[in-house]
Amino acid sequence: MSDIAYPVRANPVTTEPRLARYILIGTVVVLIAILLFAPLIAVFAEALREGWSAAISSLSEPDARSAIRLTLLVAAVVVPLNAVFGIAAAWAITKFDFRGKAFLITLIDLPFSVSPVVAGLALVLLFGSNSALGAWFIAHDMKIVFALPGILLATMFVTFPFVARELIPVMMEQGRAEEEAALTLGASGWRTFFTVTLPNIRWALLYGVLLCNARAMGEFGAVAVISGKIRGETTTMPIMIEMLYNEYLSVAAFSLAAALAMLALVTLLLKSLLEWRYADLLSATRRH
Amino acid sequence: MRTGILRSASPLPGFGLSFGIMMTVLSIVVLLPIAALLGRGLTIGPADLWEMVNSQRIRSALLLSFRAALIASLFNLVFGLVLAWVLVRYRFWGRRLIDAAIDLPFALPTAVAGIALTALYAPNGVFGQLLAPFNIKIAYTEIGIWLALIFIGLPFVVRTVQPVIEELDREIEEASATLGARRIYTLYRVILPTLTPALLTGFALALARSVGEYGSVIFIAGNLPLQTEIAPLLIVIRLEEYNYDAATAIGLAMLLISFAMLLAINAIQIWSRRRMGDV
Repeated sequence: MSDIAYPVRANPVTTEPRLARYILIGTVVVLIAILLFAPLIAVFAEALREGWSAAISSLSEPDARSAIRLTLLVAAVVVPLNAVFGIAAAWAITKFDFRGKAFLITLIDLPFSVSPVVAGLALVLLFGSNSALGAWFIAHDMKIVFALPGILLATMFVTFPFVARELIPVMMEQGRAEEEAALTLGASGWRTFFTVTLPNIRWALLYGVLLCNARAMGEFGAVAVISGKIRGETTTMPIMIEMLYNEYLSVAAFSLAAALAMLALVTLLLKSLLEWRYADLLSATRRH
Repeated sequence: MRTGILRSASPLPGFGLSFGIMMTVLSIVVLLPIAALLGRGLTIGPADLWEMVNSQRIRSALLLSFRAALIASLFNLVFGLVLAWVLVRYRFWGRRLIDAAIDLPFALPTAVAGIALTALYAPNGVFGQLLAPFNIKIAYTEIGIWLALIFIGLPFVVRTVQPVIEELDREIEEASATLGARRIYTLYRVILPTLTPALLTGFALALARSVGEYGSVIFIAGNLPLQTEIAPLLIVIRLEEYNYDAATAIGLAMLLISFAMLLAINAIQIWSRRRMGDV
């Protein structure tokens, strides 16, 4: 399939022999097909096993619909909150010099290396009925664990670093000369932010929001622990997929999965478009 | 507070506001829950914690989580390097599609990946049927866990190494060739050392992610105690039994592993910055 496996700026001394190139490309194509494309195709194939109408009608079941609504609601709350947090964190970290900055960046990255299940557990211990804080909330008739606020907190935890991580390198590179100029010319702080900073970071912000949204809609481990899996009430789409799958309702499970896979495909498409169009504005250190 | 924390004055406004938002959200969402977990551990006490972790079932679950993550990340280290190299250096049909697809594991929810892999590799699945005549079983064995972790860890090494390869100076390779080095020698002695910090960072990120992974693994693992039961699943089981102390013990063990990884990642970055300027 790779008819023209020529290297960039072909030069026999700085590239591998032709045979080695073909073998490497062949390996990559085959492994990617098996590891990435096959599972993606499997999701849609399983969803459509009994035809389009079965797949679509399983998505309009009341439980599926409430799961879709809940997932959209969670994303609608968490993503804007994380965007505000990300902008605030990036502003504080890149525009000012303060003690403990490196440690703070490590803390922001912490959720990346904590297991989502451990995050859920930690939230249950903090807000559950046998903690002081949890007891106080229950006394004031507010449910956190096994309810929407818990799901929101768990999703915030796992998506926490996404926006900040994209913005920090970009804003670091841009420095603060432009903002200083705007302020010298008499602009207010907010006006400086909206007319100078925001246009500079908008693509990186969009990029972070995109990744944050994909993770927020798809989070499973942390939400599984804290949601209590109350059918129709605290079941997000991924939780509903697990329940349907365990009840051997394969078509229903894979139909919901296909809906989330579509979201993943749209995310990838937009992400690739952003990378191709605005590569220079997304900063070189961004890619991962 | 402003003057206490700031090292030098900045003409820009908004430090109090942005720092305040950052610390508030960080505390509520991340620090307080982690502190609650540590606090619970303190009230249980180290002796009891150790006793709880030191059961055969938990030991084997922790070991499995770590071993499978290590195997999957080692695979991704090698494959990720090849993938990044091929994507940057060669032009071939489908390159852009593959480049875009690398991030699929970041975008696809883990539960979706889990049931998709299970559907493929179960004994009656497309790949499962192909492998059955050779007596190879993947779903519901430890190999299935490796596979799920390879899937979710795939992008890390590629995405950390790719930008470094893009910025490699070709003249160094030419110099090496001019001085009579064979291509394989240049790759091994000139290029690989330059890529090492990025490779290690990607490897550590993949490892940290895989050790704690839950969603993609539980469907394909089979979840047999002592054999294919991963540590995060054991936490979930203990929580469902309302045995919070045991769940805390396992959670703390995993948190300890996370902190160690985070430390390792930071150490790699400091080391590489000293060694090569900046990565």
